[in-house]
Amino acid sequence: MPRLSADRRHSVRFRLNGRSVTAEAEPRMLLTDFLRHTLGLTGTHVGCEHGVCGACTIEIDGGPARACLTLAVQVEGASVRTIEDLAPAPGRLSCLQEAFRRHHALQCGFCTAGILMSLDAYLRQHPAPGEPELRQYLAGHLCRCTGYVPIVAAALDAARRLREEAHDA
Amino acid sequence: MKPPRFDYVRALSLAEAHAVLAAEGGDACVIAGGQTLVPMLSMRLARPHVLVDIMRLSALARIEAVDGAIDVGAAVRQSELLAWPQLAAGQPLLAAALPWVGHAQTRNRGTVCGSVAHADPSAELPLVLVALGGSITLSSRRRRRTVAADQFFLGPMATARGDDELIRSVAFPMARPRHGYAFREFGRRHGDFAIVACAAVVTHATTRLAVGGVADRPVARDWGSITGGALDDALNELAYDLDAREDMHATARFRRHLVRQLGHQTITEARRCLA
Repeated sequence: MPRLSADRRHSVRFRLNGRSVTAEAEPRMLLTDFLRHTLGLTGTHVGCEHGVCGACTIEIDGGPARACLTLAVQVEGASVRTIEDLAPAPGRLSCLQEAFRRHHALQCGFCTAGILMSLDAYLRQHPAPGEPELRQYLAGHLCRCTGYVPIVAAALDAARRLREEAHDA
Repeated sequence: MKPPRFDYVRALSLAEAHAVLAAEGGDACVIAGGQTLVPMLSMRLARPHVLVDIMRLSALARIEAVDGAIDVGAAVRQSELLAWPQLAAGQPLLAAALPWVGHAQTRNRGTVCGSVAHADPSAELPLVLVALGGSITLSSRRRRRTVAADQFFLGPMATARGDDELIRSVAFPMARPRHGYAFREFGRRHGDFAIVACAAVVTHATTRLAVGGVADRPVARDWGSITGGALDDALNELAYDLDAREDMHATARFRRHLVRQLGHQTITEARRCLA
């Protein structure tokens, strides 16, 4: 039975943005700090650190989840995707990211990475979302700049464009 | 806010998990999805010496319909139960309440049994368990036992679980013929803790209402087929009996108001489902 002692670092192996990685963490290290400080992926933001604000939302095994409510050691063997994996190529934005820019769906940008990760997963599962469902889904994210109106507009616009692209393909 | 230091055991068998709990007792905490425990650690409200991760135990990852109940193992995530194809027909009350548990992003990690273990007085799953008369199965190195929901929740974050025990599964009784079920909740924002939540189970002759978010645990009350002024009086009496407290979210008076209004609406909806 593997018992990881509190005062040492232990290696954690998992898939990160499609690549296999191994890095060391103390048992108490949060996944947010592991991603940002140990692995250098600072796109995942740290807001409230108790699961309320949604800024740290990432994907674990295909579903959006709070990195701040996860210990680094818990993702051993899991597949993790962060905001760094959203753009299809350097210098290019995803359809959802483009829509955020077009609709001015961000101002300070602190909440944006988490919202994009949540919406990216949501639009994959719900290609034709209704506005009330989208708004309810966004209740898991706090944005203090935009008032959510442009975020909802961007998500609906991105959903429409993604449907058109899928239809065209 | 960073958690204090603790050892971490990734249990590979139930016996291993039992052994750690038997040896460390109250200094050990079981971690499943961690959606309540990790913030408790970060805020240092919990200071265990060791965490026992039970998510590798495939025997605990099952949802089964057995003996007229939906048996949900300790490693089943809330989103998995929500996606279980038999849920809506199996127990509509559970299907109605689950989307109110946290947010989609926390349901993807949080477990059903974890919410029951934490026993927050305003949590939805303990409320549903009490409303339906469900049960909790605990196991330890020395024994295995099943506790009725109304005996399990003892107060805010206090349960009948012993220090050496882990929750193995919880059983939600399945929907029965000629029964109506309904769930309603009032909060400031979807996904926040309920200020008041109500679950109703009715037949043509009986009315059962369970209320969360008001007393120190979910409380159920049974009546006959009361209507009109008698129902209003009964709900008013219940609202006062629950001994509502004032906090930063709501006054005691507002909570009593919600018990009367939401209670009435929930019972009415359950009776509509019955018809």
